[in-house]
Amino acid sequence: MLSHSYMTIMISLHNLTKYYASGSIKTFVLRNLTLDIKQGEFVSIMGPSGSGKSTLLHILGMLDEANEGKYFFMEKPVHQLSEKQRSELHKGSIGFVFQSYHLIDELTVYENIETPLLYQNVKKDERKSMVADILDRFNIVAKKDLFPHQLSGGQQQLVGIARAVIARPKVIFADEPTGNLNSSQGREIMDLFTQLNKEGTTIVQVTHSESNAEYGNRIITLFDGWIKS
Amino acid sequence: MISLKNIQKYYRTDEVETTALSGVTMDITNGEFVAIMGPSGCGKSTLLNILGMLDNPDSGEYHFYEHEVAQYNERQRADLRKKSIGFVFQSFNLIDELTVYENVELPLLYLGFDASYRKKRVEEVLEQMQMMHRRNHFPQQLSGGQQQRVAVSRAIVGKPLVIFADEPTGNLDSKNGQEVMHLLTELNKSGSTIVMVTHTPEFAEYASRTIHLFDGQVVTENFKNTAKAA
Repeated sequence: MLSHSYMTIMISLHNLTKYYASGSIKTFVLRNLTLDIKQGEFVSIMGPSGSGKSTLLHILGMLDEANEGKYFFMEKPVHQLSEKQRSELHKGSIGFVFQSYHLIDELTVYENIETPLLYQNVKKDERKSMVADILDRFNIVAKKDLFPHQLSGGQQQLVGIARAVIARPKVIFADEPTGNLNSSQGREIMDLFTQLNKEGTTIVQVTHSESNAEYGNRIITLFDGWIKS
Repeated sequence: MISLKNIQKYYRTDEVETTALSGVTMDITNGEFVAIMGPSGCGKSTLLNILGMLDNPDSGEYHFYEHEVAQYNERQRADLRKKSIGFVFQSFNLIDELTVYENVELPLLYLGFDASYRKKRVEEVLEQMQMMHRRNHFPQQLSGGQQQRVAVSRAIVGKPLVIFADEPTGNLDSKNGQEVMHLLTELNKSGSTIVMVTHTPEFAEYASRTIHLFDGQVVTENFKNTAKAA
């Protein structure tokens, strides 16, 4: 079963090109990118600043569009979908983890984590057990009734990540997910990603950190918008 | 009506005690647009945190309409904040995995409004803010100016008694900054009470009153319109 699902291609890019045009000058960010990511993979995208990593992640996450080329997400041609169709596709499938973690000051840790489920018609009992489960995994059960301003920055980020993964997205796109954390909190996040990955979640992360990249099963290195390796 | 009387706030680390606010007294009347200015470290952020009920003073009185906030516990303050205050932040604080529409809807969800009212009210506010065409977008797809419009939409959707804005133009270029200030001015004209912390004298000009803080104390208050001062 696992080996079968591992074979399914989740993301497929063909000759993807992204540029910014100003007047007659085109600045290329991504050039002719061709790439497959299979369901169940844990991929790290690396490369120097300006190599196109974040742009690639934004395109994969359907927050940005390429100028040329094709993007298939679970066999759907993203490059041909309307705004609304993309947002529908995005909704049930994609979770984001960014460096920023905007928590709602008026809500407790518990309520912050529960938020995405309120938009998905998850029943109250089920919400309760899903939140309890994630509090447990993140070792923040004792913090559940606290408000964001009563937490350290690292703890706030943990809560932000818990909120991003609570709805069990099929794929998580993470941009420098440990950026604001100390090394032991960073390891916790990476261990958690590993755990989610083992349970079937596909993970694509952009990272500067060699040691974070080691957690994945594949490293894609970008340089000047090309895939270097 | 908001009223602070002799508010004191200290921070203690081991033996050292630092005074953040030393005896701040001020009244803010319904319908005012107040700017709080002062150099870094003057206590502006501490003051806004206390006004916004994120922090408690060590002594003094804080009356928020009929509530004596200084006596409240964390839960009571959070409930009052939810119902009565809209926040606008420098960093917008939108939730990346929710669409524009969902971000704006959020306060109504946790205030317990039903689905049909939520839809009507969110669409009304998005129309007012001219963001209806962006309703299905995610925050990362928007410019900074647009993100702040969404944040302002979220702040006003629950019809709060007062809006607190913490450097609302801090992450915007001057054109987008001006646009957000016009927006706040419009809201104020239509009846919203606004308290804003800013570094920028140009943006403080939009307010009807400017309070200058220095070393944890109110040093001057300038009314734009002298008739109001009397």
